[in-house]
Amino acid sequence: MGSYVRTRMLHSAISMAGLIILVFFLARLTGNPVDLYLPIDTPVDVRDAFSKAHGFDDPLLVQFGSFLSDLVRLDFGQSLRQERPVLTLVLGAFPTTLALAAAAMMLALSVAVVAGALAARNPNGILDRFVNVISLAGASLPNFWLALVSVLLFAVWLRWLPTSGSGGLSHWILPVVVLAVRPCGLIAQVVRGAMISALSSAYVKTARAKGVQSRSVVFVHALRNAMLPVITVAGDQASGMINGAVVIEMIFGFPGIGKLMIDSIQYRDFAMIQGGVIVTAAAIFLMNILIDLAYAVLDPRIKYN
Amino acid sequence: MTVTAPSPSTLEASPLRQSLGLLWRDKFAFVSALFLLFVIGAALFGPYLVGSGGNKINLMARNAPPLSIHLGWHYFLGADSLGRSIFLRLIVGARNTVMLAASAVFCSLVVGSVLGFIAGYRNDWTSGMIMRMADILMSFPSLLLALIVLYVLDPGVTNVILVLAVTRVPIFLRTARAEVLEVRERTFVVAARVMGASPWRILWRHIRPTVMPTLVTIATLEFALVMLSESSLSFLGLGIQAPEFTWGAMVAQGQSYLGTAWWVAFWPGLAITLTAMSLNLLANWVRIVSDPVQRWRLETRTHTNG
Repeated sequence: MGSYVRTRMLHSAISMAGLIILVFFLARLTGNPVDLYLPIDTPVDVRDAFSKAHGFDDPLLVQFGSFLSDLVRLDFGQSLRQERPVLTLVLGAFPTTLALAAAAMMLALSVAVVAGALAARNPNGILDRFVNVISLAGASLPNFWLALVSVLLFAVWLRWLPTSGSGGLSHWILPVVVLAVRPCGLIAQVVRGAMISALSSAYVKTARAKGVQSRSVVFVHALRNAMLPVITVAGDQASGMINGAVVIEMIFGFPGIGKLMIDSIQYRDFAMIQGGVIVTAAAIFLMNILIDLAYAVLDPRIKYN
Repeated sequence: MTVTAPSPSTLEASPLRQSLGLLWRDKFAFVSALFLLFVIGAALFGPYLVGSGGNKINLMARNAPPLSIHLGWHYFLGADSLGRSIFLRLIVGARNTVMLAASAVFCSLVVGSVLGFIAGYRNDWTSGMIMRMADILMSFPSLLLALIVLYVLDPGVTNVILVLAVTRVPIFLRTARAEVLEVRERTFVVAARVMGASPWRILWRHIRPTVMPTLVTIATLEFALVMLSESSLSFLGLGIQAPEFTWGAMVAQGQSYLGTAWWVAFWPGLAITLTAMSLNLLANWVRIVSDPVQRWRLETRTHTNG
């Protein structure tokens, strides 16, 4: 187990290094930030001083070197736009996105597992076909459109919920539900498929023959074995959740990492883009490793050696 | 003694007719197929049929609500803030929407399978390197990566296709590699290798035909996904730029009129949803029909129901 985690950490570190190089040079290609931050009629000497102060006049490789040496000390630099340390800003925004994604994932998982398991009890029955079509529809909805339509319906017409902003619990309902719909549809499909094959297996027949209650056969015996593919899909959806969160945060004006990143891209805030990318990627790597370990907990046959 | 076997055609209908029959019995799949045919038709012929109708400004029809047929039949879905018919714009926009997604999926299918074939067949340090590169792409939210790239390069048609294609390459790569790893150990491939076939011949003649169906199935599902990604990009303003537009850009344009003219954003989003859903439903149906066990269930069910 230990050696497996070490290999995974090593692979993640290599990917991380690739990503850091990619983002550093991509961000430099967006143009000179001096043009954006100083008025056009700024005298040349002021521009040069600004460049010098932020190190923009150094050769790219020198900039990259100093960026790396700062990174080792966990110093992500200063945000150009907000003039505050990047790490503070990123870590300030990250919990919001994390909470949004986690709440949406919890909602998606619980709805999908119950719906998929119930559908699989009677394949091709009425409930099964209903769940099948609804989950396919959910997986096909563009989330920005769903967000707009739900704002229109619940905030503008019915006036039950606020349109945007962050604050009390009511501000979270629409973003979480909208973000949950797509993964919920995808996961429900997988649960249904995995449950149909689990329910036709020998151990389920044994359990039924022993006289175990139908409900506990479905939700205890079969479901635990059907959870493996579900965890895989849920894990794949994790980085998809961040994609969704970017759009959702823009529409609902949520102060999360997605909104921070889009603002930074628009303002050529290099340090901010790099910091955001690195923290997001680290979180995703960490989660992938956790998912691998969750397999071992769910399936005692899997041993990582 | 001669036995004349009845020709298969008199016993069974042709495979095409059989499939069409099965399609007709699954009403959801049938309606999806019809809708997709309509969308493809609009993408192929729409711009010729409609001409410049999608851009014709009619200030009398500004923000006309749906069913404003008195202004002209094509205003039955309403009009946008410049009085352009939403229905005609949907027809014209279908081409860009479908073309962008199709080209991106095709590019990632080709690049992903070539890399996946190499990684799976060689299974040495090249494979490791290719997989690490896929890991980099997989490890990061594709939309953010696309946003950064499209901000660097300008969001033209080629760049949008490239970005969408690159972010989806890992799916094909991983599937192709996993399949090739399994197929290359099968007897017929080992036999070909023993007979002295070159690696390229083995890959092309023996492994490719076995692996391709899986990859094409994934491509169908990817098409829906890429279309959704493209509309997200367009929605954030980094898709293809005006005067060209896709359905996603139409939703973005309608966002500011949500309170006064909801239909401007509503219909294009519905078009995206219905197209993606039809693709998913049809792919689902193809999966069932191509699986002998499930197909048998489908056929027997319809027999018992009459």
